[in-house]
Amino acid sequence: MPDQLLYAMEVTLNGLMAGVMYALVALGFVLIYKASGIFNYAQGVLALFAALTLVGIQQGQVPFAHVINAITGGHLESFGWQLPSVLAIGLTAGVMVLLAIVIEKLVLKHLVGQAEIILFMATIGLAYFLEGFGDVMWGADIKTLDVGLPQGINETLESVTDGLFGYGFFIDNLDVVAALVAVALVTALTLFSQYSKQGRALRAVADDHQAALSVGISLRFIWVLVWSIAGIVALVAGIMWGSKSGVQFSLSLIALKALPVLMLGGFTSIPGAIVGGLIIGMGEKLFEFFLGPLIGGATENWFAYVLALVFLVFRPQGLFGERIIERV
Amino acid sequence: MFYREAGDFKTSYREDNQTFPIRFDRMGFYVALAVAYVVIPLVIDDYWANAVFVPFLIYAIAAIGLNILVGYAGQVSLGTGGFMAVGAYAVYKLMTAFPDVPIFIHVLLAGGITAAVGVLFGLPSLRIKGFYLAVATLAAQFFLVWLFNKVPWFYNYSASGQITAPDRSMFGVFVTGAQTSATAKYMFCLILLTLVALVARNLTRGTIGRKWMAIRDMDIAAEIIGVNPLTTKITAFAVSSFFIGIAGALFFSVYLGAAEVGEAFGINKSFLILFMVIIGGLGSIFGSFAGAAFLVLLPVLLKNVLVGGLGWPTDLAAHIELMIVGGLIIVFLIAEPHGLAQLWRVAKEKLRLWPFPH
Repeated sequence: MPDQLLYAMEVTLNGLMAGVMYALVALGFVLIYKASGIFNYAQGVLALFAALTLVGIQQGQVPFAHVINAITGGHLESFGWQLPSVLAIGLTAGVMVLLAIVIEKLVLKHLVGQAEIILFMATIGLAYFLEGFGDVMWGADIKTLDVGLPQGINETLESVTDGLFGYGFFIDNLDVVAALVAVALVTALTLFSQYSKQGRALRAVADDHQAALSVGISLRFIWVLVWSIAGIVALVAGIMWGSKSGVQFSLSLIALKALPVLMLGGFTSIPGAIVGGLIIGMGEKLFEFFLGPLIGGATENWFAYVLALVFLVFRPQGLFGERIIERV
Repeated sequence: MFYREAGDFKTSYREDNQTFPIRFDRMGFYVALAVAYVVIPLVIDDYWANAVFVPFLIYAIAAIGLNILVGYAGQVSLGTGGFMAVGAYAVYKLMTAFPDVPIFIHVLLAGGITAAVGVLFGLPSLRIKGFYLAVATLAAQFFLVWLFNKVPWFYNYSASGQITAPDRSMFGVFVTGAQTSATAKYMFCLILLTLVALVARNLTRGTIGRKWMAIRDMDIAAEIIGVNPLTTKITAFAVSSFFIGIAGALFFSVYLGAAEVGEAFGINKSFLILFMVIIGGLGSIFGSFAGAAFLVLLPVLLKNVLVGGLGWPTDLAAHIELMIVGGLIIVFLIAEPHGLAQLWRVAKEKLRLWPFPH
């Protein structure tokens, strides 16, 4: 097989893996959008916040140490413990649930019945707030996150492809784990929404708020539930991205990448989020590979958006979205 | 007591239709103009010009532009930073290519070029709406910034990739470059802001403004009563981008002097101006001023209090600023979705009846 084709295949595979990472973030968007019609811009910042909290708890940082030091002039740094990953992840999940309750109480409750675009802008405000809050709480320096996920080149895949084509593909172990986790997550979410009582309530709310209310489903509980789930999905995304590239501000920018993913897949479809993620991940890697060198490189910054823009002009509701019907 | 329509008789349609029908408002407006044009230029110094007045004037222009698109025509855009970059690079190319033409003309031309680009990216708005459109405008933001970074022609092949404003003067007074005085910067921006506000105010209360609002309130219904969505949306994008382009041109040439596109016109700029519009008030020219003033003054104030007063580190102050801005957005959307402009309107309503409310 010619080298160029082999490289292209490797790029495709890596793109698909990157797409899974985008899909992980997009998943949280879809969950919230389906249940409450809120387009949650803060999803990426939730992931950043979750990752920051995880690192903080795991390494025993003192929350708000920066502020306390600034006020008292002291030198608080850490409690001096190192928690096991599982415990730290559990505690962080607890924090995310708590955050969901607070968001519902302080923000969403007061915005019931507002126009969608107002809610969207409120989540932009929330994103800014959480970003500042996370930095104030845990400090803004770049942190390394290590919860014991395997890293580096996957040697099995390399030796298999080497045997087949005479060229070993470079695939990161972490990406493989991320793909497996994504599959598990989607399966779990599907099972939850199809077979559990709360899941059924969730689907009822997504279908029709008023009808759900009239059969005795508590809307506010469902909102807390769905924001908690989204928070935990954000935690998973935060762990994956944090292990891959360190916990830092740019993590919240991946949220923006999830937006074209959503537009491609449709805002209301969980499979759409996955497929959209795969298309975007693969598309931008291949585009960069074939055309990037010709037009100056770094096309990954904008390719996803332009692809989504062009796509939307032809199919405004995305691949799997519900048909948009408008009446006067 | 003073704030009354009573006794202020209108004897012509012209008087009846004026922007400030109440005499007290009119007087207030003239006083504000007088202060802006006569008093401030006399007392302004470099610190006040660079920290407060010039950024305020420029952001006010951008906020008026975005408010036309978001507040009047209802098309949410997150591409403001990209469009400002178009204005900046257009004025840079024009300034270096035609050094003899007055800078004022260049700034207006830069606005025109931005308007053309805005129309191009506004075309999808005919098919997609709401936040689909908001996300689509992100394409403009990222693509334009990338373009200005990667194509050396735009920055005249300079080694650093930056653009630097050459010295240009109007009537013998420098308005760009290192030798510019604070007063010149201030006056140049002020004149443009006055023009922009005047045009915007009169557009929004005329036919075209009503068409924008009809499309905003319900596009299908508007189409049925004979508003052409194509021309209406496209003019909204064009006018809005024209103003934003002027703001971008001024931001680069007068305020910054030298700019690197990703830093000066990144996605954060888009959000900053959107926040100005939300906090100030969607669909209000006064709101654009109020929002711009608020978000220009807030960081200055916080910096003085937290860093200057309490001696906290600057990075901490920056994070707290993020929290406060984010929190304020939420508080405003909950308490007063129409922003500062609505507070002002309510205050005026109260004032009319004061001191005998019954």
